[in-house]
Amino acid sequence: MKQGKRTFVRSMVGVAVATAFAGASLAQSGQPVKIGLLATLEGPFAAGGADGMRGAELAIKQKNGMAGGRKIELIKASSDAKPDVAVNATRKLVEQDKVDIMVGPLSGGEGIAVKEYSKTQPNITFINGSSGAQATTLVNPSPNFFRFNTEGAQWMVGLGKAALDKGYKRVMLISEDYAFPYSQVQGFMSEYCRLGGKVPVKAWVPLGGKDYASVIARIPKDVDALLVILGGADAVNFLNQYEAAGGDKPIVGGSITVSQDILNYKGKRRDSLVGTIAGAPIADAYDHPDFKAFVADYQKNYPVSAGGYPSPSLFALVYYINMKAALDGLDAVKGDLSGGQAKYREALAKMTLKTPVGDVKLDANRQAIGTTFITEVVKDAKGNLFNRVLRKVDGVDQLLGMKKEDFKMGSRDEPNCP
Amino acid sequence: MLAPRVAIALPEVKPFEFRNPVRARHVIVLLFVLAFPWFATPFLTFQIGGQALVLGLIALSLTFLGGYGGMVSLAQMTVAGIAGYSFAILGPPASADAAGISLGAPWWVAVIGAIAIAVLSAVFIGWLSVRTEGIYTIMITLAVGVAFYYLCLQNYSIFNGFQGFQRIQAPTVFGIHWKQPLPFYYLALFWALAGYLFVKYLLRAPFGIALQGIRDNPRRMNALGFNVTAHRIAAYAVAGTIAAVGGVLFAWYNGLITPGSVGTSWMINILIIAVLGGMSHPVGPFLGAIVFVLLQTFAIDVVDRERFNLVIGGVFLAIVLFSPDGLLGWWARIKSRFLLVNRGGVR
Repeated sequence: MKQGKRTFVRSMVGVAVATAFAGASLAQSGQPVKIGLLATLEGPFAAGGADGMRGAELAIKQKNGMAGGRKIELIKASSDAKPDVAVNATRKLVEQDKVDIMVGPLSGGEGIAVKEYSKTQPNITFINGSSGAQATTLVNPSPNFFRFNTEGAQWMVGLGKAALDKGYKRVMLISEDYAFPYSQVQGFMSEYCRLGGKVPVKAWVPLGGKDYASVIARIPKDVDALLVILGGADAVNFLNQYEAAGGDKPIVGGSITVSQDILNYKGKRRDSLVGTIAGAPIADAYDHPDFKAFVADYQKNYPVSAGGYPSPSLFALVYYINMKAALDGLDAVKGDLSGGQAKYREALAKMTLKTPVGDVKLDANRQAIGTTFITEVVKDAKGNLFNRVLRKVDGVDQLLGMKKEDFKMGSRDEPNCP
Repeated sequence: MLAPRVAIALPEVKPFEFRNPVRARHVIVLLFVLAFPWFATPFLTFQIGGQALVLGLIALSLTFLGGYGGMVSLAQMTVAGIAGYSFAILGPPASADAAGISLGAPWWVAVIGAIAIAVLSAVFIGWLSVRTEGIYTIMITLAVGVAFYYLCLQNYSIFNGFQGFQRIQAPTVFGIHWKQPLPFYYLALFWALAGYLFVKYLLRAPFGIALQGIRDNPRRMNALGFNVTAHRIAAYAVAGTIAAVGGVLFAWYNGLITPGSVGTSWMINILIIAVLGGMSHPVGPFLGAIVFVLLQTFAIDVVDRERFNLVIGGVFLAIVLFSPDGLLGWWARIKSRFLLVNRGGVR
């Protein structure tokens, strides 16, 4: 990291001298465009953050490090999924390293905080990483914060109908208790309730909970399925304990509940996961040539031996999409970031972005309108579990097809249909 | 946990310092911190300068408690967090989702209320923990801090759960928005200096002398007629006041407060800052905070992005390993070696 060292020396030793020069704007064309990249390399989402960085780097690699005729210089920073840490890291990239474009952060709370910060830097363009809180673009949106990925609620559109099609008329909700799952629950329930489904019991559990015995005891006999919105270790813990308790209800999963790492868990009754349906912005087995090409490129650049996943994660895809948007925007304006990046932002707002999972357009709040996959867990010939694409829903917008006045943000009590 | 104990055992600064307190180095440092924003970028002023002063102020409360009262409390960040949360709850609406929670009092009512609530909480924490010693004090304050963290995380009616309060506004007074880098820096500097001078003064006042006596030999002080428990609780209240001021400033600095702001990692960070700087003098926490903030901000530039926490850990380890009294210990050593002055205050 030669560049890193130079930056460090400049910052630490030559503070007095360097600051005089650092103020000079470097935004002339011909010079490299500096892009700041923020993901969580510490804390609960460290593995996801690393994969997100891989996705973003892949987008730059595919363009040979050039966009709009200018070289791309990438400066990375890390947070630990805490909003204050994310804002500090972003502020360093923007104000100290003088990046022109900012890509990040990863998680929901961080996204809201970085969006608020973006309002104080009107001449810099902020593009989301993979954060998926609804409020980021729905409440007090910032004119220079763009999100080219769909968020938690959008990822569940179509799942309510799929659940009813399976004959699940009453489901119990088991979900982590924070912003992202609220969005997911809303995405599911607004459709499910409208079509006549019932959710008699909602169990909210803390993030990182270990003991689900009390929740399992509350599962009523007369529900047809469980809606489980848990991520990572929480999902594995719940599935194991539910299995040990002799549970046999089918499961409807959130976007990070039945991802590949969880399908590989070693429970006796893991076969019971077969038939689990879920909604997500990515489906491992999606067979569109663009997506297959993306997966192949990821596997070539980041083989498992070099720390990559067998197949790109949700974070890799979403960071890839947002970084690709940043670069395509630069191409569209031929690298011209003058005038407070006004032209660049206009190009971003109008762009139809080609992604491995279909075209993405932005709405008036600079929020993506994109594709959602409804998947079902199936078993292949070798006995491995994987997610088959059941249905693909295109053009999902942030209001989930509702009118603005009917739309209420997801929370513990909204929507409700006991 | 060895380091603070060693620091506690150190002999005290001599009283003659008080009669002749202003030296050349004080003037130089004061001029430097006053002039700093004029040659530094807004980024350095705000994120390095402002943040270090605020964190130093919170850590100062621990130095006072630990270095002079002999009570290492991990709950100082909790007290600061209570102040930050109280400000968000009492003050102007802090976020759209939490509009129903914030009471909407004017900022100065909210600040006074926040500090009062935090000091009361500090007294309560002190009352709970003063009858314990050493590691048990650490344990009980850790327990209080973690309990408060989970309370914030899971209570929605008051603390707004996981999301906390996302849009805390520093007030605009005299036409100045105090979140701007320059005003915020001077605001933080003012309170840091106030806290520093207050602690310096207090250590020479009868209360401070008695407190140090209690630290060194509580039984003898008791025999001399001092109410050991009352002195200790009062020390918690004083430290709580300092931490509360720091806590409100920290909430303004971040523009938000969430359970993550009062979690164990921040509780321990405050201890790291205090130990790193040295607990034998009130300037220690500020030195520690500067090193801490510089490392947090710039370590990622030095080494590979996946490994930068190693640098942070390595530097902390090196400082504490080679100097049990943190950076102050280094300073004393350099002085005794090069200036041939050994005041015996710090080894």
